[in-house]
Amino acid sequence: MDDLYREVIIERYKSPYYRGHLDPHDIFFEDDNPVCGDHIEITLRVDEAGIVTDAAFDGHGCSISQASADLLIESIHGKSLEEVKALNKEDVIELLGFDLGPVRLKCALLSLKVLKAGAYGLSVDEVSDDLVE
Amino acid sequence: MSQSKTPFDVGLLRADFPILDREIGTAKLIYLDSAATAQKPTVVIEAMNDFYRLSNANIHRGVHTLAEEATAMYEKGREQVANFINAASAREVIFTRNTTESINLVAHTWARANLNAGDVILLTEMEHHSNLVPWQILAAERGVRLEFVPVTEDYLFDMDAYGELLKLEPKLVAFTQMSNVLGTITPAKEIIKLAHDAGAIALVDAAQSVPHLPVDVQALDADFLAFSAHKMLGPSGIGALYGKMDLLKAMPPFLGGGDMIKTVHLRSFVANQVPYKFEAGTPAIAEAIGFGAAAEYLQNIGMNALMAHEHELTKYALERLEEIPSIKVFGPSAENKGGVASFTMEGIHPHDIAQILDGEGIAVRAGHHCAQPLHEKIGIPATTRASFYLYNTKEEIDALVAGIYKVKEIFG
Ligand SMILES: Cc1ncc(COP(=O)(O)O)c(C=O)c1O
Repeated sequence: MDDLYREVIIERYKSPYYRGHLDPHDIFFEDDNPVCGDHIEITLRVDEAGIVTDAAFDGHGCSISQASADLLIESIHGKSLEEVKALNKEDVIELLGFDLGPVRLKCALLSLKVLKAGAYGLSVDEVSDDLVE
Repeated sequence: MSQSKTPFDVGLLRADFPILDREIGTAKLIYLDSAATAQKPTVVIEAMNDFYRLSNANIHRGVHTLAEEATAMYEKGREQVANFINAASAREVIFTRNTTESINLVAHTWARANLNAGDVILLTEMEHHSNLVPWQILAAERGVRLEFVPVTEDYLFDMDAYGELLKLEPKLVAFTQMSNVLGTITPAKEIIKLAHDAGAIALVDAAQSVPHLPVDVQALDADFLAFSAHKMLGPSGIGALYGKMDLLKAMPPFLGGGDMIKTVHLRSFVANQVPYKFEAGTPAIAEAIGFGAAAEYLQNIGMNALMAHEHELTKYALERLEEIPSIKVFGPSAENKGGVASFTMEGIHPHDIAQILDGEGIAVRAGHHCAQPLHEKIGIPATTRASFYLYNTKEEIDALVAGIYKVKEIFG
């Protein structure tokens, strides 16, 4: 429990670095966690070589979902879309620096799901948990 | 409703619930999530164990001793449940899986036989998804029209608006007797009377009321009333639909298969009598026995005494919670409220609150509690909900308040 609420989580939750909405953008995607109503949207700018040059997230939800979104968005600056598509749940756990129980892991993975759905250009009904397994 | 045989003593009652001795990490369990599901007393656990140890057999067909015992125990469960809600006959109690299935049963049978395009179903804004989605499905399929009685600013059932909406001559009024989010207790008897005067049938979602209030289906004059065993100290996997006999007799069957038939030919069947017509296939036998045991346990305690205890707890909880700066509790004042306190804290998500409380051994629920439209109405995505039952104490509410101060400390 104490692990879960390490300073980095509380700090990123209260004052995220990458909260916002990029306009114009090349990629936009949004989705909800139906269990708790958390919402995440991402906007990305991608250059001709397929490299993420700028990224932001917006939404609302618990500290875990919002802080992991902030950490995730930070980590993809300068990555190629191919690298983004290859991200999975282990990468998010590594970013957080600790493992979560199965319920809270869902909170942490919402932003990854949204990000990958955007990178693949999926429609909302095509999004499933398989994306982040 | 029977009067309590012994004075209400929460200390003694707690000893009936083995799980309350559990520890969560190093903290003692404080269970404040009974609106989701209640804990089970030893009498319920043992009734089901005894069935499996001593009497297990399938019901209704066998002639051997065990089959007869099992059938008698299953039907005794039905009688205990019927008695608990004062049904005129045990045959008016249909066993289902839960409240949700009970409501779906009415949507599939009575509603499909009686409702047509343009007919109005009147619901409320504070329904659980289980008393909303079945009617949405029907609306999409049949073109029936859904209308909603609003919740007032004081979080009550809006009687004036209801009076107006009844002018639409709805065929069905389906409403909750107690909101699982706000705790609002609706004036069910009056609502049903007005529905009948307007020519409508009334269905009561009693998932939260039957466990916590004295409910008498004859005094209410309810046409249908749905509830779940698991919220009233019984097992999961079983619930009940009460229906008035004349309605049940006229309804088509629900699922097809064994037990629900009298005779079957290759191309036709004749349905069994009520209630078996609605209970296709091997039912949850042990669960029916546990359900009956739970109903009898509650009846022995006395629902009036139980309600008085919960009312005290609710009043106390509201007082203590409202002392805390930056907390907002949603729902009516204690007189019209069951044992539920749903709240938000500024800048802290319900999930985080529930998680930190769990670290203190306190079980509360976070989310929209299957009432998303109600949360939309009050303009918040989610709440944290503490809910109380007969085994909860003021000390546990004190621990909840202390836990909330810890949440504030962590989030600074
Ligand atoms: C008011 C209300 N109606 C219906 C239900 C559904 O009950 P079940 O999940 O047992 O079908 C619940 C349970 O959460 C409830 O609180």
